[in-house]
Amino acid sequence: MLKDKTAIAGIGETKFAKKLGPSELELASEAIVMALEDAGIDAKEVDGLASYTMESNDEVAVARNIGAGEISFFSQIHYGGGAGPGCVGHLAMAVATGQCRVGVAWRSRKRGSGKRPWASQSVLEPSVSNCWTRPWGLLRPVDEIGLLTRRYMHEYGATREHLCNVALAARKHANRNPNAVMHDRPLTREDYMKARWISEPLCLFDNCLETDGALACVVVSAERARDCRQKPVYIHSFGQGLPPEHNTMQNYFCDDPLRGPAWTCAAQLFRNSDIQPAEIDVAQLYDAFSPLIILSLEGYGFCKRGEGAAFTEGGAIELGGRLPVNTSGGGMSEAYVHGFNLINEGVRQMRGSSTSQVEGAESCLVTAGEGVPTSAVLLRN
Amino acid sequence: MSQARGLTPPIDELNAPFYEAARAGELQLMQCAKCERYLHPPRPMCPACHSTATRWQRMSGRGTIWSFVVPHPPLLPEFMDVAPYAVIAVTLAEHPALRLLGNLVSGPGGAINEIDPATIRIGEPVRVIFEPLTPEIHLPRWVRA
Repeated sequence: MLKDKTAIAGIGETKFAKKLGPSELELASEAIVMALEDAGIDAKEVDGLASYTMESNDEVAVARNIGAGEISFFSQIHYGGGAGPGCVGHLAMAVATGQCRVGVAWRSRKRGSGKRPWASQSVLEPSVSNCWTRPWGLLRPVDEIGLLTRRYMHEYGATREHLCNVALAARKHANRNPNAVMHDRPLTREDYMKARWISEPLCLFDNCLETDGALACVVVSAERARDCRQKPVYIHSFGQGLPPEHNTMQNYFCDDPLRGPAWTCAAQLFRNSDIQPAEIDVAQLYDAFSPLIILSLEGYGFCKRGEGAAFTEGGAIELGGRLPVNTSGGGMSEAYVHGFNLINEGVRQMRGSSTSQVEGAESCLVTAGEGVPTSAVLLRN
Repeated sequence: MSQARGLTPPIDELNAPFYEAARAGELQLMQCAKCERYLHPPRPMCPACHSTATRWQRMSGRGTIWSFVVPHPPLLPEFMDVAPYAVIAVTLAEHPALRLLGNLVSGPGGAINEIDPATIRIGEPVRVIFEPLTPEIHLPRWVRA
């Protein structure tokens, strides 16, 4: 079993902004070098690499820039925002089984100044399921999730007030985090209710930011981590999730579209965990769109099915609440780098160094995107 | 033309019978020839019985609105002129997990933005009609039943 055999020993990240000058390769290399410095490990010791299939910098380019040693393990994980904790989990398995000793996971993306992926999809590819959605104008991820959200609201009585709770919690945490893109930009309920639609029922503030930036973390054995510069953050358990009949972002062709990959991932994650949902102190839940947090609260067992929206009431997901969520501001208010900033914030919470530190926190769940084949890690200190 | 030209799916071996039926004004979906499980979107193997024998089954063309969403710009150029418009998901009468994406219109030739989204209700009964987008691609659209 993987339990606490490995740890995150270092994290690194560049600045976050709508537009950064350096290339994605330069940003990736900088973030990785910072993570290695944080851990106190020489780049020549790096022998494992993991990233997203959507990452534009491959292992060769990264290894040649950071001066990595003899790489004996490399892995890439598919499904965009579903990949982040999966990279950490794959490295943890590789370290725990002796396939490598110093693993680096990273994501670098200029999504702020670069192009929007959906905007280049005017030509449909044969035999792809979006041939059954795009011809009717269901074009962007926000449209695909908006359709699920409307159904969720209908089934469970959720309202825009609940979605707003998610957006406001993220912004409050970002306002405490000087590295957050939205640090100086307060958000009110009135601002939210007056915001322009992107895809009804989702407005501007239900969407993540569009950000340039890169992040990385270093995974080593628990023994090695105890000799590193920082307090070890143990990888307590790890899961991935792809449920039967699932169809990624166009998940309408199955019995129960609202029971997404989070449920499958959670079952695996908690099967091998000494820590159960009710005992978790803080969570970083993937938030490309606000409803994904509500669905994740249900999928990972923080509440029952249909109760995720109500869970957000009364400041429950804000610092000081029952389960503070996305304490750096997350994808909606810190930076959107395909969810990797949630990993680094999870590490800071376990080190006790978050700008919205949960007092005495001993465990933190970090998830990838609900709505796509996904992954999650449970961190402890 | 009452509407912008949309995105046209490429015809391949998996969807050709669907569009052939659509040109004839019929809604047909793929079904496993052995165990009769519906296979939508179409695929070469039945996940229930592993048969690769498939056939195309005529559907009633009736269903109910499962959900809908109303995209606003920025959008692909093909949809900018008609935005905002509603995209609906329709649960077909034949099976609760069988859903098609579509647009609600008042009748043949109707623009996809002609129905006020504020009037659309989840659970509304609808029936299919077909809109010729190109000579080859006739897309299903839906009218209130």
